Amino acid sequence: MRFSTIFIVALRALRRNAMRSILTALGIIIGVAAVITMVSIGNGAKAQIEAQVATLGQNIITVFPGSFSQGGMRSGFGAALTLTPEDAEAIAAEVEDVDGVSAEITERSQILANGLNWNTTVKGESPDYPYIRNWLVAQGTMFNEQDVKSLAKVAVIGKTVADQLFPNEDPIGQTLRIRNLPFRVVGLLDTKGFDMRGQDQDDVVLIPYTSHMRRVSRRTNINTILIQGSAPDKLDKVKMDVEDLLTQRRRGREPDFTVRTQEEIATMATATSSTMTLLLAAIAGVSLIVGGIGIMNIMLVSVTERTREIGIRLAIGAHGRDVLTQFLIEAILLSSLGGIIGVCLGIAASEIVSQTNGWPVLVSPSSVFIAVGFSAAVGVFFGFYPARKAARLDPIEALRYE
Amino acid sequence: MPPVVQIRDIHKIYESGEVPVHAVRGVSLDIHKGEFVALMGASGSGKSTLMNLLGCLDRPTRGSYLLDGIEIEKLNRNELADLRNQKLGFVFQGFNLLARTTALENVELPMLYGRHRRLGMSEIRERAMHCLEIVGLANRHDHFPNQLSGGQQQRVAIARALVNEPQVLLADEPTGNLDSKTSVEVMGVFQKLNDDGITIVMVTHELDIASYTRRNLILRDGVVVRDEAVQNRLIAHKELARIGQAEAAAKLVSSPAA
Repeated sequence: MRFSTIFIVALRALRRNAMRSILTALGIIIGVAAVITMVSIGNGAKAQIEAQVATLGQNIITVFPGSFSQGGMRSGFGAALTLTPEDAEAIAAEVEDVDGVSAEITERSQILANGLNWNTTVKGESPDYPYIRNWLVAQGTMFNEQDVKSLAKVAVIGKTVADQLFPNEDPIGQTLRIRNLPFRVVGLLDTKGFDMRGQDQDDVVLIPYTSHMRRVSRRTNINTILIQGSAPDKLDKVKMDVEDLLTQRRRGREPDFTVRTQEEIATMATATSSTMTLLLAAIAGVSLIVGGIGIMNIMLVSVTERTREIGIRLAIGAHGRDVLTQFLIEAILLSSLGGIIGVCLGIAASEIVSQTNGWPVLVSPSSVFIAVGFSAAVGVFFGFYPARKAARLDPIEALRYE
Repeated sequence: MPPVVQIRDIHKIYESGEVPVHAVRGVSLDIHKGEFVALMGASGSGKSTLMNLLGCLDRPTRGSYLLDGIEIEKLNRNELADLRNQKLGFVFQGFNLLARTTALENVELPMLYGRHRRLGMSEIRERAMHCLEIVGLANRHDHFPNQLSGGQQQRVAIARALVNEPQVLLADEPTGNLDSKTSVEVMGVFQKLNDDGITIVMVTHELDIASYTRRNLILRDGVVVRDEAVQNRLIAHKELARIGQAEAAAKLVSSPAA
């Protein structure tokens, strides 16, 4: 018997019991819809965090100063200021596949301009900084290498600072005072929004790191080094090279720095939401298995109830395999049809959740394929036993069955 | 021309209970093409067992069975199924139509399992319609079994049995669930088919039904005790006319068919 004919036979059998077929599929429908919705909500949360991480820039590797211990008391990461601008310069000069390096030094400071004052973060950076952070200069220009070399008193400011200090006027060309030193505003950054910790990234003033070290903070160390790798697949290599180079530069002293790729930072940030997604998906997966058992139950009942039908089919020339295939197809049809309807329902439910609660929801194609594939597999797995039972019936016994 | 059915000293012993049951004890039988045989016997005489053997639904414990020249003892389960599909047509006492399946789809069923010839869906439909026409139910092809009377259901079953052009049509008490008039109608269908050359073997315990056939076999305790040609054979359409007149006389129906 041709497969297409068995398919028609199976379809007719399902149609004969339309109501029961729908109810049977309902278990799978709910299971799949639950999986899709849960995974979508989880993925949405994860994507949101990842998007925030991505505002850091593309392919970023960050070098943090390490911890130090003094008289047995150990400080945390970042407390030891052991990174130098020379480290940054060495990285830029010697490590391959690096598109940009910025020595970063950060300090909060009170700044004055226009008769107004504002407490903000003053960052010393390299000219590569906007490029690394993928942060355009909206007006004016970024300061350049020449400015870094000459310790120029120039500043590029964020939108928030501009709004606070230069309301209703063009900030470019204006002067602001940091520690009473006048800095000329040469550029205005694009709006960037809030970072992962909810801090306003636009509340910032960028000046050359050399100016920051010599004129503002009077420090010899920098806080962090931002490095941009040339491609995502080069990041691990760059990270290792940076570690090797810095270790070399320490000349046998214990490594006092930590190198983290953006991916690692993102992984840490999304770890919780990943666990939650997994948990929710597992719970939904259980309901999918319960749905599968429902299919097996109905198929078993159906084999008993349709014993006579099976007897007729066997008597008029059906092979055991024909009957097996028919029942298997019925089970697979039920489960995969349920899977497809479940996917639609799950996507709709995700939409509703995102509309009503304002949660970010992301339906991933992979979860859709996995859910449909899994539900079909459930059909094969739970359909096989009843189908085999049907195929092994004795035609005489089956015909006599009341 | 060799007989369509050739049985030699066939035995069937059921071992399922504590005591083996010897249901058929050495039956030999030839049925030629075009015969119309009634297999008769009291309950427990072994006629149903013999019918299952004839229908290749069961295997004899001993003895040989040639169906259209094919030795059935050597066939496996699937080959038996193919043989049933190609050489035999079944009509059961309880009709055994698939419920909630139209008459047409019921008749199509044996063709769907036919491995000997591969038919397209449109051809299958056409042939099923043709067989429904033979039994006079073409206009009811889209009816479900529960929308048909017993006689009509049995005619659908006959159409289903005919659809693969079998060598032998096997009927197991085909009139057992029908009233006398409908029984005669069904016998009329069988007689018409037989007149067209189809071989029919029928199990019945009703003597008057047996007298519509051409040959009667009486079974008792698993052996054939009588095998004779039917004298004074009844002709169904004449009987129907007679019944019609009797009914009209008794005012059961308005007037006899003109």
